[in-house]
Amino acid sequence: MKTLITSRSKSVTIDSEGPVTMIGEKINPTGRKRLAAALTEGDLDYVIDLAVRQVDDGADIVDINVGVPGLDEVKAMRDVVAAVSDAVDVPLCLDSPSHESVAAGLDACQARPLINSVRGEEASMKEILPLVKEYDASVIALLLDEEGIPETAEARVAVARKIIERADSMGIPIEKIVIDPLVLTVGSDSNAGRITLDTIELLTAEYGININLGASNVSFGLPDRHTLNQAFLGLAIGAGASCLITDVAKMAPTIHAADLLRGRDQHGTRYIKYFRAHAPKDD
Amino acid sequence: MTTQEILDGLKQAVIDGDEDSAASFAAQAIDAEIKPMDIIKGAINPAMDVVGQAFEDGDAYLPELILAGDAARAALDLIIPTISTDDLDGSVQGTVVIGTIYGDAHDIGKNIVSAILAAHGIKVVDLGINVSPKQYIEAAFAEDADVIAISSLITTSLPYHREVINNLVDRGERDKFFVVVGGGPVTAEWTTQIGADGYGRDARDAALVVTQLLEGLAEGNKAPLAAPILVGALEHG
Repeated sequence: MKTLITSRSKSVTIDSEGPVTMIGEKINPTGRKRLAAALTEGDLDYVIDLAVRQVDDGADIVDINVGVPGLDEVKAMRDVVAAVSDAVDVPLCLDSPSHESVAAGLDACQARPLINSVRGEEASMKEILPLVKEYDASVIALLLDEEGIPETAEARVAVARKIIERADSMGIPIEKIVIDPLVLTVGSDSNAGRITLDTIELLTAEYGININLGASNVSFGLPDRHTLNQAFLGLAIGAGASCLITDVAKMAPTIHAADLLRGRDQHGTRYIKYFRAHAPKDD
Repeated sequence: MTTQEILDGLKQAVIDGDEDSAASFAAQAIDAEIKPMDIIKGAINPAMDVVGQAFEDGDAYLPELILAGDAARAALDLIIPTISTDDLDGSVQGTVVIGTIYGDAHDIGKNIVSAILAAHGIKVVDLGINVSPKQYIEAAFAEDADVIAISSLITTSLPYHREVINNLVDRGERDKFFVVVGGGPVTAEWTTQIGADGYGRDARDAALVVTQLLEGLAEGNKAPLAAPILVGALEHG
């Protein structure tokens, strides 16, 4: 399945049959004090620099989250989206649970971005899906609803089905939806990774739909997180994940390796190219 | 075994996250007629302090913290029914309803706070994630709670903290419950701004805030406090 995401000058296809699409996660002030301060002070240069660096590192799409307590999120979203759209040519991922904020971002970017995200709750579907339709955008669907995050793969698939069917009834085709099955930390439940992998496999078998993951949460509270994150990424890509919101600089090598190993990188071209561009130079 | 040996054994069992051993030492402690509150204060609380500190320092990991919490729970399940009202003199008791606020699905911090509060012998009612302001308030009344504890990780859900407090005020029932807030984006300034009663930076800070509020309640303090109790607030600058 192909999900087309555009900026004013470039398009990116999230493709369940192609290599993984990487979304740069760093423009998100949660846990990033410097960015929170920059957003509060309206220091757009700092934000632009974060976007440019992620694109240099190989990000196909850049996530934009401007949620800082007390900040006018609608205005911040509009300003940041406009500034980043001028500075980089890759499409954007508008990251907010607030439909006002998402709408401001949609107006500002004048393209067909990815909206992050809609949830399986009535209120969320009612607010976000009309924007997807109106702007011909695509949307990440988080598999949780009024009851929280379902504990079994089957129940998560049921939330996906609900969102897909609701979208369909509004005339939004399935390829406009990228499912995020969610992953909790294996630190508090050692089956958490398994449940997510099973969900990806079920969704891939039933719908062949594009799957997104934010993959660093899985290792919270455990030692050597990077090893766990890398192993999980490999497993998730093997199960059918086609899009990752991640620290691109850190995870791109693993992602390119997984793409080559599962036959999505002919002659290893992408893998070798990335290595040449980013390998530490010998003195 | 001496009293001290039993308490040391129980403390170590909780630190090791050994549920069976913790239950066995707790049963021995009860047989030896050690006062319930002495068992909790002499073995379980210090054990959770050790594990909590090790977790903060990066020397223990989340599964170990959870196992220790489970072991503490197994011991408390035996100990709590033996507590008579005489035993409670001078000790903290109370009920906390806790949850992650509406719009937010992060539950790790909330689970750690729950485990530590429960290990202090406080009754904890966990409402889960994505809890609406109305659900907090309804649960607080249903459980006859003393404290509503709100956890958050994502900033866009912060406005719902204020909504919990405003709903209580609108109902004329702000004096019924203390409201405490915590989690990644929550600050001391925010806590003061929305008129909450307490803030803790990490899980042990949260336990300290709740303990102090419950002690204050026993001494006749009522919600809302004129100024919140702030523990572990970071210096700005």
